[in-house]
Amino acid sequence: MSTATDTVNTNPDSHGHDSHDDHHHHIPKGLMRWVLTTNHKDIGTLYLWFAFIMFLVGGAMAMVIRAELFQPGLQIVEPNFFNQMTTVHGLIMVFGAVMPAFTGLANWLIPMMIGAPDMALPRMNNWSFWILPFAFLILLSSLFVEGGGPAFGWTFYAPLSTTYSGDSTALFVFSVHIMGISSIMGAINVIVTIFNMRAPGMTYMKMPLFVWTWLITAFLLIAVMPVLAGVVTMVLTDKYFGTSFFDAAGGGDPVLFQHIFWFFGHPEVYIMILPAFGIISQIVPTFSRKKLFGYASMVYATASIALLSFIVWAHHMFTTGMPVFAEMFFMIATMIIAVPTGVKVFNWVATMWRGSISFEIPMLFAIAFIILFTIGGLSGLMLAITPVDFQYHDTYFVVAHFHYVLVTGAVFSIMAAVYYWLPKWTGRMFDITLAKWHFWCSLISVNVLFFPMHFVGLAGMPRRIPDYALQFADFNKWISVGGFAFGLSQLIFLALVIKACRKKGEKVSSQVWEGAEGLEWEIPSPAPYHTFDTPPTVK
Amino acid sequence: MKFLQTAFGALLLSTPIMSLAQSASERSNINLRPGVTDISQQVFGLHMMMFWICVAIAVIVFGVMFYAMIKHRKSAGAKPANFHENVKVEIAWTVVPFLILIAMAVPAASTLLDMEDVSKPDLTVLVTGSQWKWHYKYMDNDVEFFSTLATQPEQIRNKFTKSENYLLEVDRPLVIPTGKKVRFLITSDDVIHSWWVPDFAVKKDANPGFINEAWTNVNEPGVYRGQCAELCGKDHGFMPVVVIAMEPEEYEAWIVEQEAIAQRAREEEQRLLAMNMSMEELMTTGKQVYDSVCAACHMPNGEGLAGVFPAIKGSAIATGDDLNPHIDIIVYGKAGTAMQSFAKQLTMSEIAAVITYQRNAWGNNTGDMVQAKDINAVMNGE
Amino acid sequence: MAQDAPQQYEKYYVPEQSVWPIVGAIALFLIAVGAGNYVVEVSKDKSGYGAYVLIAGLITLLVMVVGWFKNQIDESMSGLYSAQLGRSYRQGMAWFIFSEVMFFAAFFGALFYARVIAVPWLGGASNNAMTNEVLWPGFEAMWPLVSTPGGTETQAMGWLGLPLYNTIILLVSSVTLHYAHVGLEENKRKQLTWMLGLTILLGCIFLGLQGYEYVHAYRDLGLTLQSGIYGNTFFLLTGFHGLHVTLGTVILIVLFFRVLKGHFTPKEHFAFQAGAWYWHFVDVVWVMLFFFVYIL
Ligand code: HEA
Ligand code: HEA
Ligand code: HEC
Ligand code: CUA
Ligand SMILES: [Cu+2]
Repeated sequence: MSTATDTVNTNPDSHGHDSHDDHHHHIPKGLMRWVLTTNHKDIGTLYLWFAFIMFLVGGAMAMVIRAELFQPGLQIVEPNFFNQMTTVHGLIMVFGAVMPAFTGLANWLIPMMIGAPDMALPRMNNWSFWILPFAFLILLSSLFVEGGGPAFGWTFYAPLSTTYSGDSTALFVFSVHIMGISSIMGAINVIVTIFNMRAPGMTYMKMPLFVWTWLITAFLLIAVMPVLAGVVTMVLTDKYFGTSFFDAAGGGDPVLFQHIFWFFGHPEVYIMILPAFGIISQIVPTFSRKKLFGYASMVYATASIALLSFIVWAHHMFTTGMPVFAEMFFMIATMIIAVPTGVKVFNWVATMWRGSISFEIPMLFAIAFIILFTIGGLSGLMLAITPVDFQYHDTYFVVAHFHYVLVTGAVFSIMAAVYYWLPKWTGRMFDITLAKWHFWCSLISVNVLFFPMHFVGLAGMPRRIPDYALQFADFNKWISVGGFAFGLSQLIFLALVIKACRKKGEKVSSQVWEGAEGLEWEIPSPAPYHTFDTPPTVK
Repeated sequence: MKFLQTAFGALLLSTPIMSLAQSASERSNINLRPGVTDISQQVFGLHMMMFWICVAIAVIVFGVMFYAMIKHRKSAGAKPANFHENVKVEIAWTVVPFLILIAMAVPAASTLLDMEDVSKPDLTVLVTGSQWKWHYKYMDNDVEFFSTLATQPEQIRNKFTKSENYLLEVDRPLVIPTGKKVRFLITSDDVIHSWWVPDFAVKKDANPGFINEAWTNVNEPGVYRGQCAELCGKDHGFMPVVVIAMEPEEYEAWIVEQEAIAQRAREEEQRLLAMNMSMEELMTTGKQVYDSVCAACHMPNGEGLAGVFPAIKGSAIATGDDLNPHIDIIVYGKAGTAMQSFAKQLTMSEIAAVITYQRNAWGNNTGDMVQAKDINAVMNGE
Repeated sequence: MAQDAPQQYEKYYVPEQSVWPIVGAIALFLIAVGAGNYVVEVSKDKSGYGAYVLIAGLITLLVMVVGWFKNQIDESMSGLYSAQLGRSYRQGMAWFIFSEVMFFAAFFGALFYARVIAVPWLGGASNNAMTNEVLWPGFEAMWPLVSTPGGTETQAMGWLGLPLYNTIILLVSSVTLHYAHVGLEENKRKQLTWMLGLTILLGCIFLGLQGYEYVHAYRDLGLTLQSGIYGNTFFLLTGFHGLHVTLGTVILIVLFFRVLKGHFTPKEHFAFQAGAWYWHFVDVVWVMLFFFVYIL
């Protein structure tokens, strides 16, 4: 197995900057390389592929949902199965696709951006990753348990998830437990790496924004994933051990579940967007050929969003009958988040202002992100207005809101990041024609998919229903068509990434993009297996 | 045609939303309804205010951005400037949004206070959700009933054409008077449901074990339709709410009539206790009751849903020699499961019939007959 | 600039491949599958393979922990570690403890919510007058909730007696552990050994008394996991705390044997420090528990 001495024997003079470094470390071959690896780049790749596969799986479930909703009436699936699809789609996209994708990017990029040889705790890094495929194997296989998989929404409100749920609930609970363990370890690794592994001269206020946003995200993760673990534990004991946390007869309260869940859940949604802000803050300056506007205020804004995220959770619970002063408090706290988020949007626009802008693929995605995320953010602001949320709550208006921030927000930012750094990872330019097709098809179809959801939501279509009243029929047809088109567009992306991984395409220089700045652009492309054995000095 | 209309609306977002919203007082395909209460109209006003402010912000932000993208693009020969800070601008775009938010929050807070003021109601209705129906109880009168989906299963299964109010129709709507402050006490027997009537801007969760309060004061008589708005299991999508608002005099007449009907039903029940129904009668009524009430869970073929709802076909309780467990589970339900007590929802003769049906349908050929008096014996120990 | 780099720079030890993480992942997989099935089997009273898978998982986890730590200890003993790596471990441990704090916070949150909100509301407080009048007539809010709205009766657990002794025992154990640490830092091996041994002993006594208290609760007070929110929060909080004490004791025992083998130096003793932090953390949680669960 790993003989520790190997690493130590490597030439101490080797410089991260030249690729002859590779000769000193043999890169292990075959399947076992991936299973046993401690290399942050390998692990980053694993995370990214895993996330992509989960995106396809979760997307396939969304296709089932959209197919059933294509027309009124029940045609393809039974209501119970429909609910399983909705639930598992939400869970997979959130915990299986978006979060691991960001962790994969963190693994690849943070050490390269701060000049570290690897993540601070490389073995634990491997453990964090390999828990995930098992966790999702359990979750997916629970669909085949008698009575079906979880069918209570990704928010698993009690008592639907306790007294009234199927036998697969225990599997669901334990799979959430272990994916929580994975996230916490991943986050600890990120924090420790950033605190402790920066190259000399890389002060906090010199760190690239992607690193900053991830630092704050990691803090959120460590703060709230254990709370999720706590609440699933209570679900488990309520269901199987006769406790009554969420049962009034024993002095508990079903709404208690929602408070604990959303105390986790709201920071969770920012966990899925803060790294995206970081990515956009890397990409926009590059293609505007101008320094990021308001670096310091970006950092403060990120921190403010994170802090505020702990005191807004009950905006998901306006209809639960909280006392009116609580509703008021959560309304106002939620609205305030628009301010730091606005600062970010304005800073990006100001960065583009009087820049020298060019529209390479990553920039296209970044621009789409800024516009579409803002649309999603503004609808979020409408949701925050309590009296009107009574009308919006649990309708497709909410579904439209969160797909704008999640799909055209988080997912688009991930795609932007992949396009931006893929040449650095593979050493070759990706297929630009395919990429353009991917972008434009996605952009158009995603809006056909999610924009009309605002309309059906306002007109009164509840979410999580397999069948609907006739006045929603026209729009739902278009939503489904948009959905299929968006799904197919992602197959272009799949083709492109496979092609890139097989090292097709033109070789690129170490800087790749004309305006790119940062340590990762100073090392060769593809980035050598080990970088920065000797830390660079940052001026 | 209708699609063209709406697609057009989607394209030219703003004006059609306004005009459609105002013209179609009950239903719009793309916007919130102004509704029929003062509160719902205030809410609609807030919604439109929010909408326009958001549009304005979006136009400004995207406008500046597109201007930069066109004017300051490299291919047009733009050279990058090198500013990256400007304290004044940064303060401005922190403070201005704050002011906008305050402008939003003030009217919102005042509407909210009105909505949550449930004091001094003219009448009170207890609304109880359960999987998957609503139960209404008039607290000041001796009237209570269940309200379940009236759409035929064949329509849902695409065998019959769908009626106009597909999925939004119930067997017994809630009736309330116009011009009166009606208070709703909302709760649930099992999981969380949410009672929602868009035209009243009332949506409140029905939490088991707790009572939430809401109120409305309807201006116009009419039929108002809504749906359960909290995922409550398999048939969450099939749990509509229908409310009829009537002029107060009409309402008074209605409620008196309902009390009389309830009285007659009790007498009928007593009369039936003394009678025996024939097997055929039992089986016909039993099938009706089963299909409309029990089949949601135990399935029309009696096979249930493996792992969630047990099969009645071949079940030990439904085929055992002892009738009591079978009667018990329907009369009392089973605590902590979705199998609730049906004593309130069904009459004794209906319970007798459905048990007989369960014991003889789908090959459960026990030959047993259960009569209303057997149920009475269990329920009242007679 | 470039000249001073070598001075600050020590080689950061990046281990090459390791089997232990994947073994750990498989262990968690088996535990999750096993527990997931076992729980259902127990509640439905049917037999199955859940328990076996669970046990297999736990054994695998044990193997992994032993193997991984052995690796680490070997590396540490052969001088591969740098000060920077030591910092990584320390910070990692600190953040791990923070995550544990948040786990307990969820349960404390449930406790506060039940006491301050749910139970009073069931009794008609705030905007819930109707809740009490219509659904739970006659129910009166109280804490400890010895009579639930559903009618379950139980008795409350006082704080005098056992809980108080236990508090004192744990507090003393924190002090003894501190002196063990001082002994290690001042290279007084005897003090280290004795104080560490004493800490372990106190930990075991605590666990014993806690077990006795549970028996007392079940047998004499009718206070069980099923007796409403009071029993729920009581058992889950003290139970998870007890699990942590157990884990902490095991860690201390391992450290004890390593001390006997002469491991750790006054400067290099990350494992010891981590164990000590953990123990102090468990102690602080107990103080919170004693205050909020027993006294108030
Ligand atoms: C990435 C994920 C993400 C992000 C970033 C957000 C961001 C926001 N969300 Fe969203 N939200 C979700 C994911 C997300 N949300 C999910 C998944 C749900 C549903 C969960 C479920 O029930 O399943 C949800 C639900 C949800 C609700 C509950 C709705 C309901 O169920 O009734 C609310 C209510 O307040 C809300 C509000 C907000 C607000 C105010 C923001 C703000 O952060 C947005 C801030 C951004 C802007 C405002 C735009 C940019 C700013 C400017 C251009 C400045 C100028 C602006 C002004 C001064 C107005 N969200
Ligand atoms: C990051 C998170 C994320 C992402 C990326 C998505 C992506 C998509 N989601 Fe969403 N969604 C959620 C998070 C997300 N979702 C959450 C949290 C919920 C709430 C769940 C709940 O209520 O509990 C939800 C709920 C939700 C609903 C509401 C369901 C309901 O209320 O009943 C719908 C309905 O249309 C939907 C659709 C889609 C579609 C069409 C996509 C598309 O973008 C997906 C596109 C991707 C693919 C399609 C995969 C690629 C293609 C293939 C695998 C090939 C096969 C393709 C074809 C056959 C065409 N999602
Ligand atoms: C909301 C769902 C639901 C509805 C509606 C429902 N049941 Fe049930 N029923 C259940 C569940 C769940 C159980 C299993 C309870 C348990 O765990 O033992 C059950 C159990 C039963 C059993 C015992 C079966 C056995 O062998 O254990 C009978 C008999 C029964 N129901 C009859 C009826 C009748 C008659 C009706 C209609 C009047 C009805 N049910 C309506 C959910 C429902
Ligand atoms: Cu009842 Cu949804
Ligand atoms: Cu939120």
